[in-house]
Amino acid sequence: MTTPKIERLDIRSSDDVVRVRQLARTLALGAGLSLVDQTKIITAASELARNTLDYGGGGFVVAELVEASGRRGLRLTFEDKGPGIPDIDAALKDGFTTGKGMGLGLGGARRLSNEFSIHSKPGEGTKVVIARWK
Amino acid sequence: MDRIPILKFGNALLVTIQVDMHDRLATALEEDLTSKIVEYGAKGVLIDISALEIVDSFIGRMLDNIAAVSRILDADTVVVGMRPAVAITLVELGLSLTGVKTALNVERGMALIHARLKTSDSEDDDAED
Repeated sequence: MTTPKIERLDIRSSDDVVRVRQLARTLALGAGLSLVDQTKIITAASELARNTLDYGGGGFVVAELVEASGRRGLRLTFEDKGPGIPDIDAALKDGFTTGKGMGLGLGGARRLSNEFSIHSKPGEGTKVVIARWK
Repeated sequence: MDRIPILKFGNALLVTIQVDMHDRLATALEEDLTSKIVEYGAKGVLIDISALEIVDSFIGRMLDNIAAVSRILDADTVVVGMRPAVAITLVELGLSLTGVKTALNVERGMALIHARLKTSDSEDDDAED
């Protein structure tokens, strides 16, 4: 099986959230991540895909196999054109939710990743980038 | 829509989750289990998640909800077969499933439920005396 280097997937339904998990799994395998690291990044991808769907009103993910100074990893970029997050610090706190979730998604995804960055503007949308390295 | 099958044996219900569940499927399972507990008067629910590669906050919450609802309906829920990598990830995610009883495998989970059934049987006997 050849691993795609970069792939884009729309997130429009809860079936797409499952597809994002599967895509993250394929790339995590391709990057040679350990089983625990695979599980962490797939779980983080699932949380962020659901956020994109539930709070961003849908969007897409770009998944890439990356390499830097001899290390392989995967990077996932989630983007939506939803309402945005007015207070990112508050949104990163466990238990913060404006919806039906438990409020573990953003903070949890950050803990499960090696790299995490978020950019959001009210009225324009949200972009979250995570990476996990071997 | 797809459904996760729920098997009945004796006073207990057995669910083996073998697919990567989307959120609606998880919600449907929660509802189905609740009605089957009442329909069969089940005293125990065994959920085997050994095939699950990940448990995220949504599925974790589903397990918590099932345990809480079944407790109110006088049934015990035991989640069995969680993979070690899933357990590590869940804790780091911030979900410790404090309301959910767990066992390493189906055998031990059944033993927990049987122990509970025996206790409630002897309570019934006492009531008859």
